[in-house]
Amino acid sequence: MTGTLTEAQQLAYANAQAADGRVNVDLETDEGMTLNMGPQHPATHGTLRVIAKLDGEQVVSADVMCGYMHRGYEKLCEVRSYPQINTLVNRIDWLGSFANEVPFILAAEQLMGVEAPPRAMWIRTLFFELSRIANLSLFIGDLALQLGAQTPAFYAFRDREFVLNQIESVTGGRFHPNFDRIGGLKDDLPKGWIADTKAAMSRLRAYCDEMEDLVYGNEIFQTRTRGIGIIPAGVAQSYGLSGANLRGSGVDWDLRRDANIGLAYDQLDWKVWTHPDGDSFSRSWVRLQEVREATKMVDQLCDGMPAGPIMAKVPRIIKVPEGEAYVVTENPLGQMGYYLVSKGDTGPFRVKIRTASFNNISVVPWVLRGVYVPDIIAILASLYFILGDIDK
Amino acid sequence: MTAVELSYWQQTVFRVLGVLVAVILPAGGFVYVFLFKMMSFMQSRLGPMEAGPYGSMQLLAEVGKFLQKEDIVPEKADRRLFFLAPYIVLASTFLLLVVMPFGPDAYFTNLDTGIFLAMGLSSISVIGILIAGWASASKYALIGGLRAAGQLIAYELPMVLAVVGVVIQAGTLNLQGIVTAQHSGEIFGFGGIGNPFIITQLVGFFVFLTATQAELTQTPFDMPVAESEIVTGYITEYSGLRFLLFFIGEFATAGAFAAIAATLFLGGWAVPFVDLDDDIMNIAGPLVLFGKMMLVGFLIFWVRFTFPRFREDQLQAFAWKFLIPISLVNILATMVLKVAF
Repeated sequence: MTGTLTEAQQLAYANAQAADGRVNVDLETDEGMTLNMGPQHPATHGTLRVIAKLDGEQVVSADVMCGYMHRGYEKLCEVRSYPQINTLVNRIDWLGSFANEVPFILAAEQLMGVEAPPRAMWIRTLFFELSRIANLSLFIGDLALQLGAQTPAFYAFRDREFVLNQIESVTGGRFHPNFDRIGGLKDDLPKGWIADTKAAMSRLRAYCDEMEDLVYGNEIFQTRTRGIGIIPAGVAQSYGLSGANLRGSGVDWDLRRDANIGLAYDQLDWKVWTHPDGDSFSRSWVRLQEVREATKMVDQLCDGMPAGPIMAKVPRIIKVPEGEAYVVTENPLGQMGYYLVSKGDTGPFRVKIRTASFNNISVVPWVLRGVYVPDIIAILASLYFILGDIDK
Repeated sequence: MTAVELSYWQQTVFRVLGVLVAVILPAGGFVYVFLFKMMSFMQSRLGPMEAGPYGSMQLLAEVGKFLQKEDIVPEKADRRLFFLAPYIVLASTFLLLVVMPFGPDAYFTNLDTGIFLAMGLSSISVIGILIAGWASASKYALIGGLRAAGQLIAYELPMVLAVVGVVIQAGTLNLQGIVTAQHSGEIFGFGGIGNPFIITQLVGFFVFLTATQAELTQTPFDMPVAESEIVTGYITEYSGLRFLLFFIGEFATAGAFAAIAATLFLGGWAVPFVDLDDDIMNIAGPLVLFGKMMLVGFLIFWVRFTFPRFREDQLQAFAWKFLIPISLVNILATMVLKVAF
């Protein structure tokens, strides 16, 4: 095996082995007790690894390791054409897949100087919000599950179906729509879809009310999350947190409102929710409000949908002119950006993906100091990360 | 029952079979009715439907599955203690049933200190759990075992104090006597349906149920087996038959505590308007008690499937700062009223 590797690869391999070795030595010889959670652990939604040094049940210091699910998307993007990349990036945040496509397509359109027709932009915004609902509605159930309540998770899956069905009936894909195209969309909305979607949205609003009663109003839930894992606004900003984690710390910052990227948000009547406390509860509460807000936005988008074509004129074989573009959007998990460098080929020269979860979990070692073992779970669950979004 | 005289060995066989039935039947019933079906219906799904009509043979399938599994013992485990632990937990459950009355003559032993013995025996399971946590040689199991020990000891106290209220009102520690006292009791001079102590000891009933929930390590008190933090706590390293024993132990203990609660607060095997000495009660009594157990079990599992879990320190604070004070007040009030009326 080593014979086929180059010297640089051998060095990298040896370094990786040594890093793993150091961690394992730490596990065995440190004073006190070191509790290893992950990469296989019921509470890490995948393969996140948290190594906590404990004093009794209290965390002295904690470290978070990621990369166990690294799929090399940035590198893979370099050897694919633009339509193929669209399929690939669907898998980054797999709960709200469509939202991954939008910033990439917008960046490519920006480089090509193509502008999608208004109807396509509205439908993009609509699906952006639908994927936000699909993602964050599951979060509420998952948070309750992490805190020991089994039933809300099933309710979350049950009501998320309504959104997934709507996405499926347009795109054909429940999880990975692959619906966005440079210059527009793959298809128009089918007949009767608008009415079905509005019915689904009222169902989702009922789900939010139910969850507010069942989970957020529960005294045990409140004692477990209020005052736990407080991230002050300054710390949140310095660690590069985004999304509900930042707004849960009282920072009023939302790229849907603050960045002008061509989506239809400026024509809607909606509100950015923030919460001043910065604890686990406020982060979760902001997400609940965002689901509610998103259902209202979908209703407005359905009502005000402009007529017209869904595809601008683009060449059959897409070649993006030379240049660089960076487009960043407010995805369900937070700020997501694509830095796209093109040399005029059918595929990009370099793609750098800025995902929200990677920055969001960087605060974990800071926020876990001094908490109890059960709080690790509450804090990790409230920070809400998707492993695909961390490891890419 | 005077017509039938059994020799000693016949009685022994009957009693052993009786204890087995009394443990396995409620355990299986609870698992099927509550864990499989009620939980599924609450969570908008059907639960097991394939094995047997309406999934009723699912239990057998599960037992078969566990028996086939490889019996894994961790390399550094203390093998002897590791093997012993599940039996200690299960033994405490079996012993609990020994003092339970199921009818006027249907009981294993009729001890004068029945409830006292039951409370004492129920705490043996702590030792088994602690052994399991220590012998597994796993950090998750150790944390789980220590949490369980702290929790079970803390909640033993409110449970005993809740029972004291009943004992004062009934004037006896004998479980059969407590059933009689409820059947023939009067509520402020009205004796139509007897006096099931749930009416006068409502506070005690809720303290007892809460403590039961904690003793069973069920949500919201399932910190020792919190699967999202410490995998499954002290059961983490167990598989196959030994896991099955823990599992049976958990649900059989739920059945046993439900039986105690039904006897103490819901009138036990007795039914209003039916004479206590009626021979039919030896047959109907166990069924009546089982029905009441299912009622209590419904409450226990309803809470289990609804609530999130407490943190360890919050859980201890809840026992020491809330449950124990109100059960002490309950005892005081019961004493005053007992003397006054």
